[in-house]
Amino acid sequence: MNRLLLALCLMPALASAADFGVDARNYSGGAWSPYVVGAGIGVLSWLTFYFADKPIGASSFYATVAGFIGKLVARKHTQSLEHYQTEPPAVDYGFVFVICTILGGFIAAWTGGEIRNEWLHPMWVERFGNSIALRGVIGFIGGVLMAFGARLAGGCTSGHGISGTLQLNAGSWLTVIFIFIGGIAAAMLLFTYL
Amino acid sequence: MFEEPLKLVLGLISGILFGVLLQKGQVAKFQKLMGQFLLKDFTVVKIMTTAIAVGTLGVHALVALGVAEIHVQTASLARVIVGGVLFGTGLAIFGLCPGTSVAACGEGRRDAMIGVLGMFVGAGVYVASYEALEPLFRSMADYGKVTLPEFTGTAPWPWAGALAVVIAIALALLERAHPKRLDAKL
Repeated sequence: MNRLLLALCLMPALASAADFGVDARNYSGGAWSPYVVGAGIGVLSWLTFYFADKPIGASSFYATVAGFIGKLVARKHTQSLEHYQTEPPAVDYGFVFVICTILGGFIAAWTGGEIRNEWLHPMWVERFGNSIALRGVIGFIGGVLMAFGARLAGGCTSGHGISGTLQLNAGSWLTVIFIFIGGIAAAMLLFTYL
Repeated sequence: MFEEPLKLVLGLISGILFGVLLQKGQVAKFQKLMGQFLLKDFTVVKIMTTAIAVGTLGVHALVALGVAEIHVQTASLARVIVGGVLFGTGLAIFGLCPGTSVAACGEGRRDAMIGVLGMFVGAGVYVASYEALEPLFRSMADYGKVTLPEFTGTAPWPWAGALAVVIAIALALLERAHPKRLDAKL
């Protein structure tokens, strides 16, 4: 069984090596091959399951922070909410995980020369012009909808899309299908037909 | 208020690794996620499916060894369908998801920071309306916390193996149809 585990650990490394061999020239600068990154996230999920007994996930973080903010502005009301009685907001594994994802993103961008203190992306500007206010408002609305949906479904692209599916969770596979249905429809409307 | 320190340290290490992987994989970028939904850039699907294939083998091996446990979410049909569609719509409007948007904040992206604020509000609205929503969803079809092997009464190993093989084949075909060089260079 230990040998099996060792083989499993080596597999993504070998896949990555083979992939770099083929495509190294396409991956100058900051970017890594999607297969290397995917295998890396897969191995990271082994580690979080083994060491922390947690799947990778991001969306619960937002309910936690909303709880912290709620406690600041309306302590009594926030504490009385049913959701926070079963899952009180706390500085837990998931909270630290997401905070440190910011740090990881910074480290990767910095070492790759990709720090971009910008509001707009070329693709957005081409379609909607260079109003920062418009991008801000749309981004905010998208964020509200997305977090509400994630909490309703019980997970996001990481919690359902990667961790849930790899555990063969029936609900996660359904969620991913509906995320892609909603996403493709909205993106096509926004960028192609509207 | 605080979980045990060991868990927090593990969160720190795995969070940093996750952020590095997302940013290096170019998925902390608006163009990549929007390109995926417009079916012009397949980086997101390539990363997700590779992670699923590698992850499912290892995690099921750990479970078989008795050193890890499965943690699945509930499969309430209404929650999953309504939540999934709302999530996907919001994702396409904002252009980043809950994990990739924080990695994008690390890149310094200002619009990502605004979207993260929106997510605090969205999560808060959910929590505040939980008491009103919960009975509604409780009355609808709910399969509980169930995995596909449990649902069908089969062993998880053939599922995990078959899934990894299917993903490997699908990716080989996808790479032929849509090579990485066609994905946006950013």
